[in-house]
This record gives sequence, structure tokens and C-alpha cells, in this order.
Amino acid sequence: MLYFIEQCLNGVQLGMLLFLLAAGLTLVFGIMDLVNLAHGSLYMLGAYFAATLAAVTGSFVVAVILAVAGSLVVGMVLEVVAIRRLYSRSHLDHVLGTFGLLLFFNELVRLVWGPAGMTLPLPPQMLTAVQIIPGVYYPLYRLVIIVAALAVAAFLYALVMRTRLGMLIRAGASNREMAGALGVNIKLLYTLVFGLGAALAGFAGVMQAPILTVQIGMGENILILAFVVIIIGGIGSIRGAFVAAVIVGLIDTLGRAFLPDMLRHMLSTNAAQTLAPALSSMSIYVLMAAILVFRPEGLFPAASR
Amino acid sequence: MSAPLDPPVLEKTAPGSWLTPRTAFTALLLAVLALVPIYAILTGDTFAMTLFTRVLILALGAVSLNLIMGYGGMVSFGHAAYLGIGGYAVGILAKEGIASGFVQWPVAVVASALYALAVGALSLRTRGVYFIMITLAFAQMIYYVAIGLDRYGGDDGLTIYKRSQFGGLLDLQNKAVFYYLCFVLLLGGVYLVARLVNSRFGLVIRGARSNDRRMQAIGFPTFRYRLVCFVIAGALCGLAGALLANHTNFISPALMHWTRSGDLIVMVVLGGLGSLFGPLIGAAAFLVLEEGLSRLTEYPALILGPLLLLVAIYVNGGIEGLLEGRRDG
Repeated sequence: MLYFIEQCLNGVQLGMLLFLLAAGLTLVFGIMDLVNLAHGSLYMLGAYFAATLAAVTGSFVVAVILAVAGSLVVGMVLEVVAIRRLYSRSHLDHVLGTFGLLLFFNELVRLVWGPAGMTLPLPPQMLTAVQIIPGVYYPLYRLVIIVAALAVAAFLYALVMRTRLGMLIRAGASNREMAGALGVNIKLLYTLVFGLGAALAGFAGVMQAPILTVQIGMGENILILAFVVIIIGGIGSIRGAFVAAVIVGLIDTLGRAFLPDMLRHMLSTNAAQTLAPALSSMSIYVLMAAILVFRPEGLFPAASR
Repeated sequence: MSAPLDPPVLEKTAPGSWLTPRTAFTALLLAVLALVPIYAILTGDTFAMTLFTRVLILALGAVSLNLIMGYGGMVSFGHAAYLGIGGYAVGILAKEGIASGFVQWPVAVVASALYALAVGALSLRTRGVYFIMITLAFAQMIYYVAIGLDRYGGDDGLTIYKRSQFGGLLDLQNKAVFYYLCFVLLLGGVYLVARLVNSRFGLVIRGARSNDRRMQAIGFPTFRYRLVCFVIAGALCGLAGALLANHTNFISPALMHWTRSGDLIVMVVLGGLGSLFGPLIGAAAFLVLEEGLSRLTEYPALILGPLLLLVAIYVNGGIEGLLEGRRDG
């Protein structure tokens, strides 16, 4: 039971991370109708920025803040230089162009930081475990990730639903021409939205960096998970992304933790050991395929589409 | 033919003007590809042969993707799965002691076709971006299945010690023989696609791409047509996978990583979407460029990546479009 609670928390933590990535992706996808395969590169860049800055400044918090700011700037520059020119093209051209960007960023990181990975050490006060309920200890840092992501989710909700900027974003999403005709600077708005998405991706990379190795291509597999999340949640819906991220995080983690035991009851130990990892990795894709077949618009279709 | 009344697009295909930069380039490319083994044997440059064998095989994969993507409008982001299934069919059978190509290759093709049937039956209910993502999801499933195949190397992959045996008929160990086999199969694939897209079947597929609802209203069960087309493309790509396994003598899940599917899409779009030889041109351009740049610099993707971006932004119809001087989509 205690193990189950711990695994659930791990699942939520993975879900929160996926939400940070997917929120940016779903904003860009839903508002600009852009398929961005380079989103994972921004995640990777965030992690590299943080690892480098932590080594230079010696402060974890300063490194996190500067890395997120760096991702924001990279995202906005990228939008102005390249992404902006892709909006009018087909989805297929988006795939081609952003795939090119993905190759470019992987190579750029290899040029700047070298082929070997990096690590981002946590400050010592983060290394402790907290007793969440009697008898269950959980690493403090993973709780920090969960809380930080929840804060970001609340911030995003307030930003999109309660501020003037959010109103303009929603207006731009539902009718670009009309919003532009009413005097909204759509170009600037899109740059800001893309920058926001990049900052969120960078933040996800920063938060994940102390848990995993910072390495080239780290964004590629998690990007696909983020795509799964936004498809399940419904493209363009931040609320959907949040719910779907938690679902995907829980299924993936719990599957990995408990599927081997469950299969052992039905199959030989040997077969279970072989099957379980494959099955648990597959489970979220099965879920996504099932949702697409039965609810092609996702769980929370954005009202504007 | 009343030439003055014809719209300008038709003039290009009018008799007498078949020698466009595009056809000339295609003919030149085919001639070069036909001569590669002779060049390799004369100069001893076996590397060129290895590179161009790879070009031919991946071009066959791209040709099959182009059939559904270029003509049918079905953007599959999981096409590398068929390369993997074809490759694993050869690898698994070889490991189990069945080296005959007469068994391996049909199994590769049939397994890919069956998988495509299952994927297509579910995926073709969706449209647009959702179709892209669901095909990707299925490819990821197969990718993780391959990782789970402990007996066949799991994550590390599987070395194939013996290329497919075709009795005394063909010796695939001979690189030139293997090269020409790939070349012939590629041309066969292009011919198949050409016959398909110009047939009644192909017209239905192309019609469904531009307006599916209207095709259904006329009375065509477009779902079935599209599904058959999807299965043919999967089978053809499975054959390419069997060739690839024989070429590298090695298979691993990396063959099916989603970036490999991305490579195939890049080849098709780079060469020219919905044109017969576009995928071949794209595969050749992509792989030769990658190889050439990695000889020039240690960081080839710093040039290749932005180049792809420029093509995506400014070029319509890929390299074929450039050769035609096409400006509008």
C-alpha cells in the first residue's frame, strides 16, 4: 500500500512534468496551428542552460530562473527568425521545418557542450525526504516539482482566463483575421505565446535535469509523450492537457510498477518479465489510439475548434 | 489539341516538351544510380556502393510513403514501423535458422501488410493532425514491442549473420548483385505506384484526398479504397525493411524510432510530394547531403537542419518543384 502511494506520487510527478511540456505545445498547436517537433529541443536547452548556470553561479535557484528566462528568449528569437514563416504553410511543411530545427539544435548542443552529458546537482537541502503520511517518505525535490507545476498551472489558468493578454490569446485562437482587424497585434501576440511555450518547455527541462542526465536527444522521447497528452486532452485545451498529463503520468508509472506482478499471476515468470516492460510502455499509446477512435477530438475539445 | 486554349500547366506535359529540367535530372540520376557498382568495382570505392544501396532502399520506403501521403493525403508519421517489421521478420527468421529468402521476404511483406491493415482500419477514421498522431502512436507501440523482444536482442538489436538465401538464383553476399536487386525492386515499386495512381483505383484515392465527402456522395466507399492503399504502402515498405536488414546485417529498435519516420517524411517532402520519382530524388539528396556534409564538417546538421527549414518555408513541391520552377502551391 505504501509502495502504491509512492508510485502514485511518482506518476503525478511525471504527469506534472508532461503538463509543463504539453501546455506550451498545446498553446502553439491550438493557437498558431503549428506542429512543432522542435519543442523537445527547447526542453533540452533549458536543462543545459540550468546545468551550466548552476556550475557558474553556484546557486540552484538563480540557475533555474536564468535558464527559464534563457528559454523564453531563445523561443521568441526562434519565432521571429524562423517559426513565424511556417504558419502559412501546410502541416507537412511544419514537420519538415521543425524536424530540421530539431537536428540543428541537437548538433548545436553537441558543438557547444560536447557529446558527453551533464548533471545538475541539487542543493543539499533538497536532497532530504519528507514524511508525507506516517511511514511514507517521499523525496522533497519531487514534491517541489509537483508544487511548482501546480503553481504554473494556476498561473496559466489565471493568465488565459483572467487577464487582457489571455483574452487576446483566446481571441487570436478563435479567429485570427477578426482579432487582427480589431487592432490586435497578432504577430507580437504569437511571438509572446511561442516564447511562453518555450519558457514552459525550458522549465520542464530544468526541473527534470536533476533527476535524469542532461544529454543530447533527451527531448525526443518525452516530446512524443507530450504529443500524446495534447491529443488525449484535446488540442488547444490547457485544462485537457492538465488532466491528460496526470492520466498519462499515472498509467505509465503504475504500469511499470505493477504490471510485472500482475502478469506473473497469469503467465510464467519468464514471459511476464519479457512482456511487462513492453506492455507498460505501450499502454499509453493504446489509450491514445482508443481515445482517437472513440473520441477523435480528445477528452476536452477546445471550444474554439 | 488546341494548344493556345490549354492552360499553362498542361503545356508542360504536351508532346514535344517532355525534356524538362525535371525529366532530364531524373534520367541523369537514374543513369548515375545504374552506374554506381561499375564505378565502385573499377575504383575499389566500396563506400559509394554502400551509401547508394542505402539510398535505393530508403527510397523504396519513401516511394511507399509517397503513395499514401502524396497521392492519398494520408500523412503517416509511423512509416518506419514497416521498415522495422520487415527487418525483424528477416532477423527473427534468420535467428531461428530459416535463411531462405523465399520464406523471409514474403513473411516480411505479409506481416507488414497485416500490421498496416490493423493500423489503417483504426487510423483512417481520423483526419489531419489526429491521423499523424495516431499513426505515430502505433509505430511507438511496435517500437516498444521490439525493445521487449529479449530473445532477439531487445534494446541492443540483433546481428544477422547470413543474408537471405535464394538458392543458386541470387547471391546477396555479392554487393553488386544486391545493389542491382535493390535497384530493380525500387524501379518496380515506382512502376507499381505509377500504375496504381493512374488507374481507376488511384483516381478514387486522389479524389478522396481533395474531397472525401464528395467522393462518398458519388458512391465510392472511400474508406475501403484508402485502406487498401494504406496496406499496399505498408507491404512495400516492409519489403524495403527486409532489404535494409540484409544491407546492414543488423536490426535494432532504433530502426523504428520516430525520428526515422521523420526521415522518411523529410525525404518525400524534400524530393517532391506526389511525384513518381520525387521520393528517390529526396532520399538521394538527403542521404548524400548528410554524408557529404559530415565529411566537410564535424557538425553536419548545423547546415542540414536550416536547409530543411528553408525548403519548408520557401520551396513548393520540393526539389522537383524547384526543377520545374514552380512558385505557387
